[in-house]
Amino acid sequence: MTRDEITSGLAEILEEVAGVNPDDVAEGKSFTDDLDVDSLSMVEVVVAAEEKFGVKIPDNEVQNLKTVGDAVSYIEAQS
Amino acid sequence: MSRPDVVVTGLGATTPLGGDVASTWDAMLAGRSGVSALTQEWAGQLSVRIAAQLAVDPSEVLDRVKLRRLDRSEAIAIIAAQQAWADAGLADSGLDPERLAVSLGSGIGGATTLLAQDDILEASGPRRVSPHTVPMLMPNGPAAWVGLELGAKAGVHSMASACATGAEAIALGLDIIRSGRADVVVAGGTEAVIHPLPIAGFASMRAMSTRNDEPEKASRPWDKGRDGFVLGEGSGVVVLERADHAAARGARVYARLAGAGITSDAYDIVQPHAEGEGAIRAIAKAVADADIAKTDIVHVNAHATSTPVGDMLEIGALRKAIGDHPVLSATKSMTGHLLGAAGALESIATILAIRDSVVPPTINLDDPDEGLTLEVAAHKARHLEIPAALNNAFGFGGHNVALVFTRV
Repeated sequence: MTRDEITSGLAEILEEVAGVNPDDVAEGKSFTDDLDVDSLSMVEVVVAAEEKFGVKIPDNEVQNLKTVGDAVSYIEAQS
Repeated sequence: MSRPDVVVTGLGATTPLGGDVASTWDAMLAGRSGVSALTQEWAGQLSVRIAAQLAVDPSEVLDRVKLRRLDRSEAIAIIAAQQAWADAGLADSGLDPERLAVSLGSGIGGATTLLAQDDILEASGPRRVSPHTVPMLMPNGPAAWVGLELGAKAGVHSMASACATGAEAIALGLDIIRSGRADVVVAGGTEAVIHPLPIAGFASMRAMSTRNDEPEKASRPWDKGRDGFVLGEGSGVVVLERADHAAARGARVYARLAGAGITSDAYDIVQPHAEGEGAIRAIAKAVADADIAKTDIVHVNAHATSTPVGDMLEIGALRKAIGDHPVLSATKSMTGHLLGAAGALESIATILAIRDSVVPPTINLDDPDEGLTLEVAAHKARHLEIPAALNNAFGFGGHNVALVFTRV
């Protein structure tokens, strides 16, 4: 799966869970500062991403995923 | 020391009769029933297959993402509160948030969230349980959300007294303003538990009507053929305001909340006191608190849920507490029983009855019980000048609340 494919998969999840406009989702965007994803919604994003991409994202890893790009890199490395 | 007058300056509701106060009131005056057959698949297994469901689903009002983190009872409380807030004209009034409080509750709370998340827990495991579960099911959720939406910083209070909740929340609002803790209180009730488990629970108590073939005729307070209440869902919210505060900003005033009476039976966890002793005391206290003559109360919006025992006990209590002169309404004949929202919605009906000089009809009163020895506006609304009116609400646990509203 390419980084672009992972990004667009995350964009779908972010739209469903937090109402984020998919056009706003890019690797440089911060989940909290740019996309307004709060901590509870982030939990939903992580669980949905695990399911969608077939990876495990432990809780202690989530705090390191500040940007969409961080999440894409983590998912790319795991899958 | 003189205590401040408290008036009602805003109303909001979403009910089985309409998505707002105006449509609900129009339907009430027209004598329309909001009860219908439950067509959901799960209803097939139940002995009770009717309910009064919301006329306007919250998804038509609030956006999808917001609804994901709201229990239905929270969503409709927000909708009703926003209406009441707009109706009161407080949005751009410069009200100090530290002078705004919320008093709002629910009889049962976020039960449908609890049950839905338990289904997820059983089917998919704990990791799939929504992180929104706790704020969705916590009993203070609806009040907290309303406080958040309106920016209320003088305290958010969550009443829980079963079917007296909405009325008791309004009574608490009166106390808050009288004691000087706030100038404005957004008060009311909410309930949304049309789900097989609560229905099965009430049905097992034999408290609900099983007139499944005639949904619109199932809620029939004081009629000989009544066989239990019909579950309804919805929310009602009023804006209570210190009278001089309302006057200073030129607010439109619906009515005065003149008094409240609250008692508890200490008798039985679900049965009302056999002589209605607690109800009598609550009504008498409300009249005394309002400092009016009991003969001034010419209209009562009764609790009257359509149960065989409760309906008649209330008649006896009213006769003892205020006499044989008031004209009664049982608007639950149209809305069903909104449990924790009932006392709030019926307060709104009481307030509008005063404003419009009209007693709303009690439908389905085809064959009145011999015990009905007070006058009722059966089938059709009736014109009546109403200087003062009473709203009763009683709840499992032995809660009795009576509110007196007067014309301004």
